Order: sequence, then C-alpha cells, then structure tokens
Amino acid sequence: MVSDRAYLKGARIGAPLGRLEAEVARVMAALSATGAIRVEPEVLQPADVLLDLYGEDIRARAFTVRDEMGEMMLRPDFTVPIVRLHMDAGAEPARYVYCGPVWRRQDAGSDRPREYLQAGFEIFEAGDAAAQDAEALAVICGALGDAPVRIVTGDLGLVLAAIDALATSAARKAALRRHVWRPARFHALLHRYGEGHAAAAAARAEVLAAEAAGRTRALIAVGGVAVGLRDADEVAARVARLAAEAETEPLGRDDVDRLEAVLGVEGSATAALADLRRLARGLPRLDAAVDRYARRLEALAARGIEPEALRFEGSFGRTTLEYYDGFVFGALPVGRDDLPPIATGGRYDALTRVLGQGQGIPAVGGIVRPEALMALREGGC
Amino acid sequence: MLKLGVPSKGRLQEETIRWFGARGVRLARTGGDREYRGSVAGVAGVELVLLSAGEIPGELLSGRLHLGVTGQDLIRERLPRWQDRVAELAPMGFGRADLIVAVPGFWIDVRDMGDLDAAAGAFRARHGHRLRVATKYHHLVRSFFERHGIADYQLVDSQGATEGAVKNLTAEAIADITSTGSTLRDNHLRVLDDGLILRSEATLFLARGAAWDAAAEAALAALRDRLGLAEPAAAG
Repeated sequence: MVSDRAYLKGARIGAPLGRLEAEVARVMAALSATGAIRVEPEVLQPADVLLDLYGEDIRARAFTVRDEMGEMMLRPDFTVPIVRLHMDAGAEPARYVYCGPVWRRQDAGSDRPREYLQAGFEIFEAGDAAAQDAEALAVICGALGDAPVRIVTGDLGLVLAAIDALATSAARKAALRRHVWRPARFHALLHRYGEGHAAAAAARAEVLAAEAAGRTRALIAVGGVAVGLRDADEVAARVARLAAEAETEPLGRDDVDRLEAVLGVEGSATAALADLRRLARGLPRLDAAVDRYARRLEALAARGIEPEALRFEGSFGRTTLEYYDGFVFGALPVGRDDLPPIATGGRYDALTRVLGQGQGIPAVGGIVRPEALMALREGGC
Repeated sequence: MLKLGVPSKGRLQEETIRWFGARGVRLARTGGDREYRGSVAGVAGVELVLLSAGEIPGELLSGRLHLGVTGQDLIRERLPRWQDRVAELAPMGFGRADLIVAVPGFWIDVRDMGDLDAAAGAFRARHGHRLRVATKYHHLVRSFFERHGIADYQLVDSQGATEGAVKNLTAEAIADITSTGSTLRDNHLRVLDDGLILRSEATLFLARGAAWDAAAEAALAALRDRLGLAEPAAAG
C-alpha cells in the first residue's frame, strides 16, 4: 500500500503518522539529552567513496543514480555521511544526532523495506574509549525506553587482538585482519595457513620450485604474453610472497583453536570476561584487549547497564555492512521475529582513518529504527 | 492461447527449431523474414512468438510469454530469485556456454579465487585503485565474488569483446561466457581453477506468473506430452 512504510501500516498519513512523529520526537529528545548537536547529511553520497570503502558488494545493497556530474548513491546508512560531514566542518570533541530515511536495495520477493528511518547518535572523541562506548549504548538504550528488547554485544577489537597474538608472520596477520568482515575468506585463510598448508604448497609446486631455482622470470615468460596493467614485477613479487608463505611454519592447531574459541565465546558479558581471560593467558596483546573489555563493563555498570544482563557473542558484528573494529551492540526485539534489530551500533575508529586519509578520530555511535521501535511498542503489524 | 517465445535469428533459432522438430513439433515463421510471428504444427493452442534471445527473460518475467527458450545465464543474470519466477522445463543440449573468471596466463601466482583476492589487495596498494574485472554479467559475478569473500576488486562494464579488455588496459581480469577456450588463448588469458561461475545451455523455461487459464494449461499438457517432459517442480 502506498500509505504503508517500513514495519508500519498506513503510517504515511493521519493518526498513525502523528504517532510516528511523536515517537521520532521522543527518540530524538532522548538522543540529544547529553548535549549532542543536530546534523543533516546529504542523501546523495559520492559512489566512489562508498565503493572504495565497502567494495563492490555495496552495489547490491545501495541504490545508484547518475547524471552528467557522476555516479552517486542514496545513503544506505548514516555512518559514512556523518564522518564526511565531521571531517569537513566538525570540531572535536563532537556529539551528533540525526534522523532521516536510508535506502537499501532488496532482492525480488524480499519483505525487507527499501526505505526506512534511522535516528542516531555519534561520538567523535579521543580519550576514554570505555566511557564513550558505555555512553553510546546508554544513550541508545535511553531512546528505546521500555520497549521489550534484549541487548547483544560483541567486540571486534578482541578478534583483531587475537589475530595479532598469533605466533606467525606479519603477512598472515595482515591477510586475516583484511578479511575479519568476510567470514568465508577468513576461514579459508585460516585453513590454508594451518591444516591446508602442505596441500597449498603442493598445488604451487612448480612455481615454488622455479622461485627456489631463480627461474621465476622464465616461468612468467612461459605463462604467456604480459598483457594488462598488472605487470611481471608484481607477479614476481607475489611469487616471492608465496615462497615466503610456504616456508613459514604452519599455524598450530592450538593457535587456530584459540582464535576460533575467541570467536565462539557466548554468554552473559560477565561470564564471557572469565572465558576471555582464560583464552588470553600467556598472550599479553590479547590480554590487553580483554583489559579494555573489562574496563568497558565497569563503565557500563557506572552508567546503570548491568553487564550480567548483557549478552556477549564473539562473532557479533562480523557480517554487517558497517566497518566496526571495536565494541558492537544490537537491541533485538523480543517475541517479534518479523522485526529487524531495533537498534545497532559500535566503534569504527578505522573507518575514520580511511576516510580521513590517515587522519582518524576515535568514533562510536549507534542508530535506532523508529518505525520498527513503534511497531514493537504498539504490537501487531 | 499458450505463447511460446523462441529466438528470432541465428544458430539458437535453428537449433531450437530442430530440437522441437525432432520431437514432432514443427515451428515455422509465417509471412516473410521480417514477420516476427510463427506457427506451431503438431500441437493445438500454441502460438509462436519470435524475439531476440535477450528479450525472452523479461517477457517470461512479465508473463507475456508462457514458455520461452533462452540461456540459463541470461535467466540467472536478469531475474533475481529466478526459481520463484520461472521453472526449467527442459535443458535442450545446445547453446552451451560457461561463465568463467579468467586472468592473464603469465600471472603464474594466480591459480584460484583466493590468489585473485590476494593479488587484488597488493594491486590496490600499488596502483591506488581496485583490481578491475570486465564483464556484462554484473549480478552473477558480484554474487560469485561475494560468496568467495573477494575484496579490493571492481566490476567494469563490458558489453562486447570482453576478452580484449585486459590487452586494452581497461581491466585486469575478465568474467565472460566462453564456449571454446581459443578466444581466451588468443587474448593470452587463462581460466582460474575454481573460476567456473555457471555452466549454461539453452533451456525451455515456463513462466510461473503467466496467465495460466484452462486453454493455456491444456496446450501445455499437450505440448509436454508431445515433448515427453515431466511436471515442473513447484516454486520454492
């Protein structure tokens, strides 16, 4: 129906629209309570910025439009638009609130909305990361009021630290870090560096033998005419990396198991702390990340969010569109499988570094979906 | 009437006419060569519609055709969730083509999709842009690359002579239909070990969303009987 909108029937006109507007006003007041300033990023965002950041996959998720000036995308969320706005005109530290529609492409037959509202809150500030993480979740929870949700948390900083703690080459760690957000490739790499190490070398026996004998260039020449922008030097450089990889000790079973165990930790946030401490034993870098996790739990408690009541999942936040690299959270509707997470958020320090060409600012925040929130609070569909 | 869509020219049309003919259904153009109407002899209640092969997926989707002959590659590329919209009545054994990922043969470091991903990461660091893959099958290629968890690549559109894209410096790799390997070899390209995206052949499709009134159902039953075809699987 033309008057329907995401998760709400008839809410583009009359009384239902009035109720939604009141809900949005209530959410925005709660998000603004700590003195955040209002921002209104552009709907049209440069496609190349989003493509460079998220890769080609974003084309399947965001609407693309073009004119003589170039290719643009309808914002699929607010994170990148707000970071761009902040980098252009913001002063630090900053707290922002915003509300507006976002657009997502959907497959034929999907019942997910192509247009829905997001209301959000973001903090750009160096300093006490644990306190800011807690503030972000507390502010978002404040906007949800008494809606029946359960909060799930995760920490991609722990995953990145567990990779860093592996007793292996820098090249492997970099490759694993690059694919934290792509579980299929991540696990393929883990296999190749571990159990599959000998098989991977056997499959490249000819190339590795040529490299060992100093005949790589000859083998490249046998391969065919050097066409294209990627030249023989680049091929030779990667052959050298393949040889170095083949000579690197395979990842031990224990190392792989521990990484998988960090990703597999599940339970209350306090129970998870005990598990993580045990997994980090003897690994100072991972233990430092667990320290940060523990400080966050204290900061959450200081904000009145009881860690015992929070759920922790080691893999939470790995498959979202966002570029989260630290604390992540979601508020899932209780008893309403038809609704999406009512709120989501997390820390994205690395994203600000990428968009700022190295000049980053620690950032954490989250969004509420006001339409889903109203559908949850009012019951029915 | 049951509307049957068939390619309007070329090898695909000849093979289609032969395939139906071998099963006792004679397809023929009516009027001159420019007349895109035809007749069907051997089964009652079937109307022949001649269309370019590329138009047939859209006509099946809209339900203007009940049945249509086209390549599986075109159906999968153009119709998301195609299983809900069309059913494969019969693979026809011709028009075979594989959609593959190919890279320059001298890339001795790149044998599989995992290698391509690693090469793309290094390529981007060196050249400042993502590794370009030329194709016209954007949807199929993107979902294949996503399934393999490939990063740091971009698709560039190529509607023809895709094999030449690498030589012309408009792409570093290609994803294209290949019926023989010789065009690839001529362009100094090689298929990745796990680079087969799709095996395709000409197929008789049924449009689930067409107007299946009693007359169309009856014509379908007669045609299916004649062609010796089983019931299509339910949508799922």
